[in-house]
Amino acid sequence: MTEPLVRVEGLTVAYRGVRVVDDVSFTIEPGGSYGLVGESGSGKSTVAGTLTASLDPDATVSATTITVDGSDVVALRREALRRFRRDVVAVVHQEPGLALNPTMTVGRQVAEVLRARGSGRADAEAATVQAFTRVGLPTPETVGVRYPHELSGGQQQRVAIAMALVARPRLLVLDEPTTGLDSTVEAGIMALIDELRTELGFATLLISHNLPLVAAHCDRVGVLRRGVLVEEGSATRVLLAPSDPYTVQLVEALPDITAGKPAGRPAADESAADEPAAQRAPDVLVTVRGLRKEYEGQAALDGVDLDLHRGEVLGVVGESGSGKTTFGRALAGLVGYDGTIAVAGGGGHGVGRDPRRTPPVQVVFQNADASLNPRRTVRQVLGRAIRLLHGAGSAEELAARVGLAADVLDRRPAQLSGGQKQRVAIARAFAGPVPLVVCDEPTSALDVSVQARILDLVLDLQRTTGTTCVFISHDLAVVRRVADRIAVFEAGRIVDLAPAERVFDDGTHPRTRALVEAAFDLRRRAGLTGRVATA
Amino acid sequence: MTAVVPGALDTDTRPAPDAVGARTVRAARRGRRALLRRPTFLVSVAILLGWVALAVGWHAFGLQPFAKTGGLLQPPSGAHWFGTDSLGRDVFARVAAGARPALLIGPFGAALATVLGGTLGLLAGYHRGWVDTALMRFFDVLLALPSLIFLVVLVGAFGVSTPALILIVGVLFAPGIARIVRATVLVEMGKSYVQAARLQGESAFRAMLTELLPNVVGVFVIQAVLSLGAAIFITASLSFLGLGSQPPAADWGLDINANRAYLQAAWWTVVFPGVAVASIVVSANLIADNLKEVTG
Repeated sequence: MTEPLVRVEGLTVAYRGVRVVDDVSFTIEPGGSYGLVGESGSGKSTVAGTLTASLDPDATVSATTITVDGSDVVALRREALRRFRRDVVAVVHQEPGLALNPTMTVGRQVAEVLRARGSGRADAEAATVQAFTRVGLPTPETVGVRYPHELSGGQQQRVAIAMALVARPRLLVLDEPTTGLDSTVEAGIMALIDELRTELGFATLLISHNLPLVAAHCDRVGVLRRGVLVEEGSATRVLLAPSDPYTVQLVEALPDITAGKPAGRPAADESAADEPAAQRAPDVLVTVRGLRKEYEGQAALDGVDLDLHRGEVLGVVGESGSGKTTFGRALAGLVGYDGTIAVAGGGGHGVGRDPRRTPPVQVVFQNADASLNPRRTVRQVLGRAIRLLHGAGSAEELAARVGLAADVLDRRPAQLSGGQKQRVAIARAFAGPVPLVVCDEPTSALDVSVQARILDLVLDLQRTTGTTCVFISHDLAVVRRVADRIAVFEAGRIVDLAPAERVFDDGTHPRTRALVEAAFDLRRRAGLTGRVATA
Repeated sequence: MTAVVPGALDTDTRPAPDAVGARTVRAARRGRRALLRRPTFLVSVAILLGWVALAVGWHAFGLQPFAKTGGLLQPPSGAHWFGTDSLGRDVFARVAAGARPALLIGPFGAALATVLGGTLGLLAGYHRGWVDTALMRFFDVLLALPSLIFLVVLVGAFGVSTPALILIVGVLFAPGIARIVRATVLVEMGKSYVQAARLQGESAFRAMLTELLPNVVGVFVIQAVLSLGAAIFITASLSFLGLGSQPPAADWGLDINANRAYLQAAWWTVVFPGVAVASIVVSANLIADNLKEVTG
């Protein structure tokens, strides 16, 4: 193969004079796999948009060369553009739930692609079933009559992939295809894409903020930062011997599966912080007995018993649907439940308790965007939190404690970065002497480099205040960094509960081992564990 | 140990680039300016303000809506812009004076409906559960009744005094507004900021007033303007049916009814009051549309 499938040279894209992609060059061989890594706003989706000729009309694109399968993408108009989109490229988007038409059965949606290419009805239906079989959907003959909302996230993404592939594209663009999916589902989807690529011979462009994922599934990797390609090369080279300082930072910021909770940083409450919680005489803060919760006949929590010790960080892991989020919401009193949750000191918990007492539970929600009122400034949010939680000090001091600059105080959430928003949400939860803080996936919506520092912040606040913390996450590496004990949830029950180190070294339950394996597998394929072990 | 040095990657402790902040402020300002650059919005506001001016101060223009000032059923001319009716009264003066009853019941009725419906919608959306079910089923019943017939019955029971009409219009339009406000509140409740406020120990009342209300107030404004148009239309319909102002009052609906018989011989006696009603209703709807598009 002498001629690359995709050739991009000197690509520059600007919106109203602001350059979002700046002089980017790379090539993708036919059948090759290329990964673009970058944080949100780095311009990676804009590059993908250029290659699929689907940018906003007000973007100005200039490039020395930008060809896909021999055609100049920028020059394509009307009929040629239609043919290009139909025959050459296909895209799998980030949110399969949004990419699929909710009012159409998935079978019809896939068949529609084939019909647009001129197949007859019967042929299209047969090919659809074939495609569903190929992407590993259960009961491919009958799944076609279902609507997208009747499928799980992983199944929806499989439908989207089937839809992209029935057109037999030369180039498949994957825009964050597994963000929002569980780690085992993610592994399945990525394995499927790898397999189909070898089988059908298309090239892939994988766009993601997840460096290990990209490194594990691509031959070549490009690292984008603010529109500039700062590093480019083979996947192993970029990961193991990064030359650009930014790439070095990215690699180092990855939550490392082999690293436990950093111990022994000076803390205010020394007696409590320096020894693992399990070794102290257990001073129980919350007692959970026979906790049950049903949603429309389906048990989300199915008999959970647990003692939460004062001052400990309990990591809660499990796949989505395992009940871990419901458990956190029940602890906070945000959902009704059967069974008992007793907080030491009484006074009830959740909403509707005695307003004169400090609320016993605070929550840091997953999506800081939604958990901050868009109409209120940071100062208003923090000031109100200090008053309601009976905290001491001013909003300025609280902001400084969570590493927010003073000039952020008078901004509204829309004017903050994702990391800053989550800092505000964390500051709000730790504004007063609250005994228990539930963190529900607080970093899963953030970029990797920000994630690490938000975790440090939570740990730091937890140590200095001696607050008990329940940390919910689907990412074992994240939980291992923060937790003293880890509870593994499956189907609404705790199947494993042990000190963090023991879960990793000799987790006994098969579910625990599967989770640990999935986490290790990805990093092993990316060559990460080896590097860290020797570093 | 991980190799993470706190603060080593300084992309988020640094305040968001000023461009971000400036952009949102600029977007808000652009929204307001965009409104002022929309011709349909400007013309509609001008028409509404014109009617308000006439309703308040038609006396000042020396108009005589009740006196015989010319021949009977004279077509529009320099002396009588809109012609005269069957009693020789100036149609222009009557249309101008008719703005007063139209702009009395309509706006107050719409305001009452917005406050009533908005509050109930907010309560239903916030509390959900049985409060929501009870309120919404009750509204379903109200909305299932044909509004004009329902109105006729209520007017028959409570009389045609202005306060009674305002109250009736307010109660009639409240369910529709409550439904829309409730739907918006439910969307906002899906975001966790209200839960966060409640967890902090904020009272339900404060959570609704200071957390929710500012985020749904745009819907309130749009619904208020929309129901203004509808309320004016329905009061005109009532007086057309003889259930509002009584002769010889200058009232659009009343005049249209009184001059129905002359539609073929003297179209101006019917068309001009009709255009007056239509201009207000269409203006109110256009204003609401523009607000909706700009606030997105």
